[in-house]
Amino acid sequence: MIEAVGLTKRYGDKTAVYNLSFQVRPGAVTGFLGPNGSGKSTTMRMILGLDNPTAGQVTIGGYPYRRLPNAPRQVGALLDAKAVHGGRAARNHLLSLAQLSGIPARRVDEVLGVVGLQDVARRRSKGFSLGMGQRLGIAAALLGDPQVLLFDEPVNGLDPEGILWVRNLMKSLAAEGRTVFVSSHLMSEMALTADHLIVIGRGQLLADMSVKDFIAANSAGFARVRTPDTEPQLREKLSSALTEAGGHVLPEQDGALRVTGLPLPRISDLAHDCDVRLWELSPHQASLEEAYMRMTQGAVDYRSTVDQKAGLMQQLPPGAQPPMPVPGQGQPGWYAPPPPEQGGQPFAAPQGQQPGPQGAYGASAAPGAGMPNPYAQTAPQAPQAAPAPAAPAQPAPPAPQSPAQPAQPPAAPATPAAPTKPEDAR
Amino acid sequence: MSTPQPPMPQTAAPNWQAAPGSSYPTYTSPIPVVRTHLGHALTSEWTKIRSVRSTMWTLGVFVLLVVGLGLATAALVAGNSSDGSLNNENPLSFGVFGLLLGSMCIITLGVLTTASEYGTGMIRTTMTACPSRGRVLAAKAIVFFVVAFVVTLASALLVALVDVAMLDAREPTGQEWLKGTVGISLYIALLGLLSLVVGSIIRHSAGAITIMIGLVLAPLVIALFMFAESLQDLQQALFEYSIPNQLSVFYSQSLSDSGPSGWDPLWIMLGVTAAAFAGAYGLLEKRDV
Repeated sequence: MIEAVGLTKRYGDKTAVYNLSFQVRPGAVTGFLGPNGSGKSTTMRMILGLDNPTAGQVTIGGYPYRRLPNAPRQVGALLDAKAVHGGRAARNHLLSLAQLSGIPARRVDEVLGVVGLQDVARRRSKGFSLGMGQRLGIAAALLGDPQVLLFDEPVNGLDPEGILWVRNLMKSLAAEGRTVFVSSHLMSEMALTADHLIVIGRGQLLADMSVKDFIAANSAGFARVRTPDTEPQLREKLSSALTEAGGHVLPEQDGALRVTGLPLPRISDLAHDCDVRLWELSPHQASLEEAYMRMTQGAVDYRSTVDQKAGLMQQLPPGAQPPMPVPGQGQPGWYAPPPPEQGGQPFAAPQGQQPGPQGAYGASAAPGAGMPNPYAQTAPQAPQAAPAPAAPAQPAPPAPQSPAQPAQPPAAPATPAAPTKPEDAR
Repeated sequence: MSTPQPPMPQTAAPNWQAAPGSSYPTYTSPIPVVRTHLGHALTSEWTKIRSVRSTMWTLGVFVLLVVGLGLATAALVAGNSSDGSLNNENPLSFGVFGLLLGSMCIITLGVLTTASEYGTGMIRTTMTACPSRGRVLAAKAIVFFVVAFVVTLASALLVALVDVAMLDAREPTGQEWLKGTVGISLYIALLGLLSLVVGSIIRHSAGAITIMIGLVLAPLVIALFMFAESLQDLQQALFEYSIPNQLSVFYSQSLSDSGPSGWDPLWIMLGVTAAAFAGAYGLLEKRDV
């Protein structure tokens, strides 16, 4: 159990972490998310007693790290993969750590086997790839067979096999009753691995809740309904029937309807009642990435912009079209999909019948368009890519989350107040 | 699927029973927990120092310089001196040139022992594995000091024996033997220890090595150019207390008659190193890693 109370860290006049309070419980994988420079690594270092907090404190099992009896046997950490002396062989690196913590030397060979580095155990870690370095770091974290594990970006540089392995490793460690605290920028990975999320931005807590609640609170699921293209009047008919029944209907660019506030079976029933055939009735669940982007967009410190190459561009030959910018480049707010009830900007159909290149990008179409929705492409893929346990905040057919959503005011993104309230900070 | 199965199979069944006073399930490792002490840190630091190439390189060059220069000097002197001209000389003193140059290697190794951990980021791993930072510094200091002392003593002793055998000089007294071998080795090892401590304070290899080499050479070089009359005393002090001169005091051939004599250089170096060590310890406990 890791417990932070009012944790604050200042470097000169720059506040890296401010008044952070959270708990990381055993028996679950807790994801630690935040944009670059939001204070994740600083927090991790303070947990491990490497940096002294300016104010507040963080304890592990009730003790500050530096006063923890047998610290390396209680806490294992992967801080960064390159925190090794490159001139030392992998095995000697681990051996020196084992000796420092009074761990028998055969345990070193054991963990080398666990991370799959036994063949390069006697090679100097200077020549290791990033992925091999990560494996070595994970081996060091596992060395003491500790109760609490911290991993800072553990899957960086790992191959797909390694990513799968780390995912399973985290889950099995948590299933053994250990506390697992993982930071990562890979949202799809987090959605699969983590049970609980702690999100910080600019050093402050933005959210402390389960993955499921996080997604529900920061984005909305909806149902996509498509009536036969050939008979537009059916669409109007269904629209009014759904609205009458209390649903919230938004037209999509390609003629589909986005419905919130009604479960899927109810939509089907209503359609049946008013004699409208359906070509599509599909649940859409927001991805963790979408929810995360929405929440943190106000707290991003380092934002990319378009490379203008001002004054360096050559005149385009007459008649040539300037190249289309890639969606998402240099558009603040691009990644924050509008709340479903806010604007009419539709989510494009997964079939991708887009009305030309402008469609996904130019915000040209659609009445009442708020901002263009970047998730036109990515969002529909998310459910297939992430079919595993953590992601489905929603069992397929009925869209139970949907009803709650329309009630929400068109909340400005990143309103920390509401979601921050740690629903379980007892 | 070729995925290695995540948890180590040999770690036995996870222990699910709740810890007393906690409502959460906890995990208890089957590997026995031992109370760690300085001995663990010492074996760890020994593993570290012997498992990097820089140790072998710096110590190898050191031995080469000390033994090579020592023997070369002895051979030159033996070939060029006339009969009886060395009668009053301490034959051990011809080893000093090699040791003076060789001390650069010891300085480098000392700095690298601590500063390279900062350079590579290894220090975070080390301090996570052993949160009592003072213990790590103490272990590093002890292991390095012993290694440096043993290597220096072996090299100095070899050179001394050859010098005595080759040169037609007087027989050194017991006191001279002691100072010329053990004394000078302790001094060189302390100089290396000071470098280690400076490395821990500066946390940057190149910076710390530069500072230490400056400390060894600068006083002599500065003193060389102090021609002004008013600076006479300062020049004299710089000469006398410069590290090369302190080295030669161990062979009773100081540049001057005043200044440190006998075992003084050792006590001076001991005091400086102890003060620096205390400073490094304080900083280590206080600073962020």
